[in-house]
Amino acid sequence: MNRFAALMDALVFTPARNGKIRLLTDYWQTTPDPERGWALAALTGSLTFGAAKPAIVRNLVMTRVDPVLYGWSYDFVGDTAETAALIWPARPGTNTPPPPLSEVVHGLTSAKRSEVPALLEGWLDALDSDGRYALLKLITGSLRVGASARLAKTSLAEWAGGNGVQASVDEIEELWHGLRAPYLDLFGWLSGAGPKPTVAATGGYRPTMLAQPLEDEDIAGLDPAAYRAEWKWDGIRVQVVARTLGESRLYSRTGEEVGAAFPDVVERLAFDAVLDGELLVVRDGEVRPFNDLQQRLNRKQVTPKLVKEYPAHIRLYDILFDGDEDLRALPFDARRQRLEDWYARTRPPAMDLSPMVPFETWEELAALRAGARDNAIEGLMLKRADSTYVSGRPKGPWFKWKRGPLTLDVVVMYAQRGHGKRASYYGDFTFGAWTGDPENGGELVPVGKCYSGYTDEELVRLDRWIRNNTVRRYGPVREVPPGLVLEVAFDSVHRSTRHKSGVAMRFPRVHRVRWDKPAAEADRLATLEAMIVE
Amino acid sequence: MTDLAAPALKAPLPETWVYPCAVERGGGLWVEPGGFHIDPVRGVDRAVITHGHSDHARGGHTHVLATPETLAIMESRLGEGSGTHKQPLPYGRPLTVGEVTVTLVPAGHVLGSAQVVVEWRGSRVVVSGDYKRRRDPTCAPFEPVPCDAFVTEATFGLPVFRHPPAEDEVAKLLHSVALYPDRSHIVGAYALGKAQRVIALLREAGWDRPLWLHGALIPLCELYERHGVPLGELRPATGASKEDLKGQIVLSTPSAVQDKWSRRMPDPVVAYASGWMRVRQRARQKGVELPLVISDHCDWDELCQTLMDVQAPEVWVTHGREEALVHWATGQGFRARPLHLVGFEEEDT
Ligand SMILES: [Zn+2]
Ligand SMILES: [Zn+2]
Repeated sequence: MNRFAALMDALVFTPARNGKIRLLTDYWQTTPDPERGWALAALTGSLTFGAAKPAIVRNLVMTRVDPVLYGWSYDFVGDTAETAALIWPARPGTNTPPPPLSEVVHGLTSAKRSEVPALLEGWLDALDSDGRYALLKLITGSLRVGASARLAKTSLAEWAGGNGVQASVDEIEELWHGLRAPYLDLFGWLSGAGPKPTVAATGGYRPTMLAQPLEDEDIAGLDPAAYRAEWKWDGIRVQVVARTLGESRLYSRTGEEVGAAFPDVVERLAFDAVLDGELLVVRDGEVRPFNDLQQRLNRKQVTPKLVKEYPAHIRLYDILFDGDEDLRALPFDARRQRLEDWYARTRPPAMDLSPMVPFETWEELAALRAGARDNAIEGLMLKRADSTYVSGRPKGPWFKWKRGPLTLDVVVMYAQRGHGKRASYYGDFTFGAWTGDPENGGELVPVGKCYSGYTDEELVRLDRWIRNNTVRRYGPVREVPPGLVLEVAFDSVHRSTRHKSGVAMRFPRVHRVRWDKPAAEADRLATLEAMIVE
Repeated sequence: MTDLAAPALKAPLPETWVYPCAVERGGGLWVEPGGFHIDPVRGVDRAVITHGHSDHARGGHTHVLATPETLAIMESRLGEGSGTHKQPLPYGRPLTVGEVTVTLVPAGHVLGSAQVVVEWRGSRVVVSGDYKRRRDPTCAPFEPVPCDAFVTEATFGLPVFRHPPAEDEVAKLLHSVALYPDRSHIVGAYALGKAQRVIALLREAGWDRPLWLHGALIPLCELYERHGVPLGELRPATGASKEDLKGQIVLSTPSAVQDKWSRRMPDPVVAYASGWMRVRQRARQKGVELPLVISDHCDWDELCQTLMDVQAPEVWVTHGREEALVHWATGQGFRARPLHLVGFEEEDT
């Protein structure tokens, strides 16, 4: 656990990607099985414990620490796990060796809920503060170290290279879903001690190809004749892995299985192919707002009524396998032809082709993009005609060219402290719009929350403004009078019964802080409502 | 323990003769029957200085009493402004000033740092300045002195502050140097005390290559050496080529780490030696890649331990997180209260 904790800390503090890879390869090299396998599982998000809630941790700390001192300490540190890790007083005479990560994993998986606190207490006594921090972050499910699953796999490939084993990241990705922590077979292969693990070919996820964002000013440098355009639909990017023999599966673009929530799609996959597309809710031939898809995602139980009300649909972008034939090395134009042929031949239910958007010049395409006010369209995808289907987010072959965001001037009503590195600042805002002219009885109604988009310097100033203008406190929430105007940007706005204002914004973030603007001149609710596209 | 006579009964109450002074009249603590200030923030007629850090040792006083090391540090830092008449007083030698007996006792904070022990009519007050209890090869160790009132700092006065052994932190630095042989390591460290302590610890850990210094650290390192603290081979980093600095350790002032000065280093790993590095949030705010928790102040346990050691019925808490230490000390039966002294910064040592 101490080695693991040191790795986690080093990853957090090392900003450079290469530095992180260096730390990881060093760890794979110097840490024995199964410890390194459990660490890999923790890094790739494959370890989850439902057993320990932050409240358990707090209660445990309170058995040993003066609550007043704990309170002041928490205010200073701003994070429960870190405060607990630092403040935990060692019990004199405790002399147990620190538990290895595998012991923690086995302990938590086999413990009854009521046994967790005692288990935890023993480990906290045996670990130093860095070890306690890693343990608490791990079990409360908030281990964030700034290293993606992809980066971990990249470091594995690099480490394998050092061992004289040829293994690419893509090969590891392809195997990934057939492997289980602590990945003894994988480490065996990559260290050169064992064969490459074999994973049943059926139902495997293939790494998804992603697009780079394209800024408006960069488009001039691209040759319009070399690119194809299609709409970017506002749903969930999915990979369909369909088998007539064996199980068919639906994966998110990070390789997570999402099929369970969409039986109406998965049960109708009666063909052999691997396809790339966008999962949408389509009712009466019309794509519904993302909100409708959310209704499907959040449900544990998929009822017939839900399926009928929010029918799932896949709009196809690409084909990776036709039967057993791997098409990924073909250029985009050829794959598109194969996709169209396959679609004409198969006629799959609840699926259609994402249409191509023909254009000659960038100006023409820009006009098309600006004209698309359909809420289901996020913007355009540009794909090089000759691009092969590769994993990850390579620079050049694919771009996403998002529609400009909508903006609104809103008034801050409440503020809370942020999270993580901004935990000591009031940077989490609830904002409102006026129901009418504030001089004539118009009131502010909350229309959304945002906690990003400002710079660190702006945050310092916002924090000061909130502290100096607080009129009331409700627990962690501070109320402020109308006086601070934010220009927020958001992707779209929908009707919502869950919000008092009746509207919900998608991805609101601070676009600009309007220190100059009087609160009374901020926007009206009606302006926001006019932006709703039904 | 320093050999001083036990306080007599029926002595005057400490707060009747030692108390905080308004900034307009010099600030710091005023010792009335002695007619002097301790660590005043403005120029005064008579000042007793605990140690050379800039928030304690200010310029412009007419008479200055301090340890010979502290006077040397003040001269190096303040030049002409370091005082008109300077009187060195070595540790452990009582001196009468006005009606008061003044003794300087090691505080273990930096070279020359002293607790000021003042006695008047059988009442004894110890003004500890900044202090620590850990071993430090560059200065004399703290000596607890029993007293009627103990004035303590509380820079790290929260129970989340527990400094790990400094030796382990230095080992962390050396491990990183081994992991990145092509990069340089630039260690931000306070110019007085921290830098020399880190150097001495590196030497103890067996690092015998030259250490490279930011220009601002050089005079104080030389001063330490003149006072018998060996630091090994030191070289100025300014003017060194990128090739020279590969795989090397460079020490710099905390502020120079962030600015252009560090860009001449080959792909530097930014380390920072400070007690604040204990809290990840603080370390991240500073953009530190390798936080080293090394402090010249007491951590929470040492603050509490010291109050137990000196057994002063009266505890006055100055700069830092006074409220937490006051709360704890009150719970332990001390009469504890915060002393709001103006002008002391959140020192990063
Ligand atoms: Zn100091
Ligand atoms: Zn100080």
